[in-house]
Amino acid sequence: MEFLNLAPLVLALPFAMFLIIGLFGYKMCPKFAGILGTSVFALTSIVCYGIAIQYFVANYGMEYPKEVLFNFDWLHITENLVISIGFLLDPISATMLIVISTVSLMVHIYSLGYMHGEDGFQRYYAVLSLFSFAMLGLVVATNIFQMYIFWELVGVSSFLLISFYFKKPSAVRAAKKAFIVTRFADMFFLIGILIISYYTQTFDFGILTEVIDGQVPIVHETMGGITLGGLSVISIAVFLIFLGGAGKSAMFPFHIWLPDAMEGPTPASALIHAATMVVAGVYLVARLFPVYSFEAPEVLEVIAYIGAFTSIFSAIIACAQTDIKRVLAFSTISQIAYMMVALGVSGFGGEEGLGYTASMWHLFTHAMFKALLFMGAGAIIHAVHSNEMDAMGNLRKKLPITHATFLIACLAIAGIPPFSGFFSKDEIIVAAFEANKWVFAVEYIVAGLTAFYMFRLYFRIFWFGEPDNGFEHEPHEAPSTMTIPLIVLAAITVITGICWAFGILQFSQFVSSDSLGYAIETHWSIALLSIMAGLIGICVAYFLYFKKTGRPNTVVSYIKRPYLWAYNRFYIDEIYLFITNNIIFKRICEPIAWFDRHIIDGFMNLLAWFTNSASEGTKEVQDGNVQSYAWVYIMGVIVITLVSILNYL
Amino acid sequence: MNILSLFVIIPLIMMAIIFCIKGENKSLIRVVMSVGGLALLAVSAYLTINYLKLRSGGDDSEFLFTNTPLMWFESLNIHYAVGVDGISVAMLLLSSIIVITGVFVSYAIEDKVKEYFLWFLMLSIGVFGFFISLDLFTMFLFYEVALIPMYLLIGLWGSGKKEYSAMKLTLMLMGGSAFLMVGILGIYYNSTPDGALRTFNIQEISQNVAALANSGADMSWQNIFFPLTFIGFGVLGAMFPFHTWSPDGHASAPTAVSMLHAGVLMKLGGYGCFRVAMYLMPQAASELSWIFIILTGISVVYGAFSACVQTDLKYINAYSSVSHCGLVLFALLMMNKAAMTGAILQMVSHGLMTALFFALIGMIYGRTHTRDIREMGGLMKVMPVLCVCYVIAGLASLGLPGLSGFVAEMTIFVGAFQHPDLFHRIFVILGCSSIVITAVYILRVVGKILFGPMQDPHHETLTDAVWYEKVAVFSLIFAIAAIGLCPLWLSDMISEGIENIVKIF
Repeated sequence: MEFLNLAPLVLALPFAMFLIIGLFGYKMCPKFAGILGTSVFALTSIVCYGIAIQYFVANYGMEYPKEVLFNFDWLHITENLVISIGFLLDPISATMLIVISTVSLMVHIYSLGYMHGEDGFQRYYAVLSLFSFAMLGLVVATNIFQMYIFWELVGVSSFLLISFYFKKPSAVRAAKKAFIVTRFADMFFLIGILIISYYTQTFDFGILTEVIDGQVPIVHETMGGITLGGLSVISIAVFLIFLGGAGKSAMFPFHIWLPDAMEGPTPASALIHAATMVVAGVYLVARLFPVYSFEAPEVLEVIAYIGAFTSIFSAIIACAQTDIKRVLAFSTISQIAYMMVALGVSGFGGEEGLGYTASMWHLFTHAMFKALLFMGAGAIIHAVHSNEMDAMGNLRKKLPITHATFLIACLAIAGIPPFSGFFSKDEIIVAAFEANKWVFAVEYIVAGLTAFYMFRLYFRIFWFGEPDNGFEHEPHEAPSTMTIPLIVLAAITVITGICWAFGILQFSQFVSSDSLGYAIETHWSIALLSIMAGLIGICVAYFLYFKKTGRPNTVVSYIKRPYLWAYNRFYIDEIYLFITNNIIFKRICEPIAWFDRHIIDGFMNLLAWFTNSASEGTKEVQDGNVQSYAWVYIMGVIVITLVSILNYL
Repeated sequence: MNILSLFVIIPLIMMAIIFCIKGENKSLIRVVMSVGGLALLAVSAYLTINYLKLRSGGDDSEFLFTNTPLMWFESLNIHYAVGVDGISVAMLLLSSIIVITGVFVSYAIEDKVKEYFLWFLMLSIGVFGFFISLDLFTMFLFYEVALIPMYLLIGLWGSGKKEYSAMKLTLMLMGGSAFLMVGILGIYYNSTPDGALRTFNIQEISQNVAALANSGADMSWQNIFFPLTFIGFGVLGAMFPFHTWSPDGHASAPTAVSMLHAGVLMKLGGYGCFRVAMYLMPQAASELSWIFIILTGISVVYGAFSACVQTDLKYINAYSSVSHCGLVLFALLMMNKAAMTGAILQMVSHGLMTALFFALIGMIYGRTHTRDIREMGGLMKVMPVLCVCYVIAGLASLGLPGLSGFVAEMTIFVGAFQHPDLFHRIFVILGCSSIVITAVYILRVVGKILFGPMQDPHHETLTDAVWYEKVAVFSLIFAIAAIGLCPLWLSDMISEGIENIVKIF
């Protein structure tokens, strides 16, 4: 069967589900709506897999082409600038198709159990379909404006999912925050698009990223040499676009929305805030990578530094959090920053482009094991009815499947072979080592920290000792709709790792900066170093959290101040709150509103008052009193007579 | 008979019928209104389809469906002349949608129904007549016909400080009309070569002005009359600093009147700025546009910031209208095809969105008896249909792709950014910031009144939308989504109309 012809279905099926469940879901029995959504998405996944596999098989060993499967005009803005909706197939979009359809399908299945009996179950599935539609549309975008369109749509579906429990004020706050922060970043993205399209007169990725002789001709010829305030316009534009990506991908200083977004249902967090939407920024940079690499390498360097800072910053915060979903959220930020770093240090072509491959590979593996971690966390929360570590402990016997899969994911993220995370992370560290020693050093430390906080989480949940107050009721393993996705994702994590280890289906054969496959050798010298870091992290976590002891408190008492800072996330949220409340609302909005009511409107009222009082004043003249009329008349006659006499004289 | 005249004749017939019905027979009046409104909608749909057919058939005259002008005042050469291009077709379609939904929303009115609908129809006649006119004088006449009923509709059926608001609104708009009158007379007396017969016909004036400019005649008269006309219409288009009638006026107006006013009447301002001020005085428009770009640029940001701290739902929406309508005028002044197309799209989209908003606000107010957002909360639980519609309206307003607002805003931003001058492009970037501020005030309202815990225990027993309310809001949402999902036909239709105009600059 020719799956490439079925490409329209990839967008049409989830969108149709959104409409059907959204409009008529309230009439359906919840279970039916859920199963309908899931089974239709399963079909979508099959098509996605088919497309990706056919594409890779057909072009294996050759240069992977950029295939446009369909493209129709959606809006003509000017003769050249046309927004179209289409389907672009190239190695990274094919990879993303696999990632999104896998994780989304798992989340669809998992939610059948996790969301069972919730109010608004149908609404949840409608929004989930909307999100899947938007995310798929984003990755297959043929032009930058299509990407922006779907970019906004994923933002809104994220808003709707975070505010799913809309009666909870904290959920509403978190949803607003997530939307506004990312919207703020999107504004920069939009301005970046405006600048690029003004010069190049195209939105099309095919034209924008075409590389000829070590440059991107369209960008080079139309924008090269133009400067604004001493900076090249290309750098400004692509940096603005990167800022848009930084908003979605929660790079510092836009990271504040992601931890709060954990207020949403856990499976939604797994899908949106761990595996797919948050990597959109990475994908965006990868999509425009030739432009960054050839025309604005200095921006790429800045990206590397921002990524490095974000990764260590959030890893430190993750070590001090007690809410398990927040630990995972900060870990997500840190891991996405890793991918950004990889792009930042990458060159173009062959081995030079190792960072690019590593970034996409880490995106792939991270999506799987992070979704697994979130779903595991969901199963745990389901069992103990709390997000706090204090309510957990010693759960390994009670939740055996969750325990085993969670451990696999922890090992993967900590970078222990042969799990998938080891290889992807290792390639990033190698790429960093070859490009920039400072960035390498930071990432190396982060690798250790990651292992520490993940195993802190693991030991704290599954070993440690039962909570002081006991469990609310006896925790039990989740239903099979929830455990099957866990097992599937764990299997993927193990199998992809082993495949790589034996050199079968190596990722670099599929995805590379110049679309030509190449083989990667594992650099064991650096690999051993990073395994060491991981093991040290695990050992420290074991020492502190394996059994219930006073050790964690003792350590905290030594580093009280830094611990508090990390626990309170370095007070970045407070700074934002201060800026929005005390500066934007109090110093800008309120004065403007006051000015409007009292000065502008006051002036209009003043005019009215003036007219009114002028007529009030003059109306006395016409008081209807004959005597006074006569008096004024006679006085007037006298005055006029006198004046004429005086004149005459 | 000319199909365009139906837009005036149908409401006239409806007025006659309603006039004959006894005031107590409310349901019959409502039926007549609904049937007539649907007829108007059908006519405008028919017009749109035929217009598109003629265009694709290769008819490229500037105005279609023109009539042979009927002489009205021989001494001043005033005619009743009608005709439409893509822009007016879009406006007529918009107006008829708002009128029919407005009728459905007005089902809730119980007091003096007959009089209410008579004035309502008067207002519609003015609006439709304005969009079909090709004669400057009749256009102005219809404009005034649309303004006056507003005073009574707000003053009699309104709420709150209704007398004050009605007076303020009418006086400010009349002040604008005074400017406009001077501007129109200025155009009338200056636009013809010496000795030739003076004319009010827009098409002829435009040709005369172009001929005069080519012959090197003195065009400085435009520098006086362009600002007068632009401000005159700008008052109705809520241009800073002449917008303050809008918050009070909207707050006091009954629901359907707010809908019609913000949805259609404010569009008269934008349409007039463009069809009269800019089209007939292109030289001054190019020369003086920078002043108005600054003013409208302020409108965009200023309105959005003001909306952020308002507590009355209608005030929030009124300020948001200031911001969105500011964007209309802003884009018009960029004077290139794409930006102007965006401006007209924004008029259509804002008309639908804001009508939806006012309809929903009216329905919520009718139940909770408050518009203060501090006194409401958690309404989603008790009236899910209305609240979901409100969220959709909000999303349209903040520019969600797939709904009409996005199409309009992006056409404006991308189009306006093609301006070769750096000053203009910087203003476009400032304008872009409004998309963030809009999100702030929309989500503030959504988060406060729809989500969250229930604020007032009395609200527990509120009921959801009834059938006529559902008809009104669903059809508005349908229109918004239809434009948002398939914008191509509308934007192409509008840009064909713009093409004729943009070449004169």
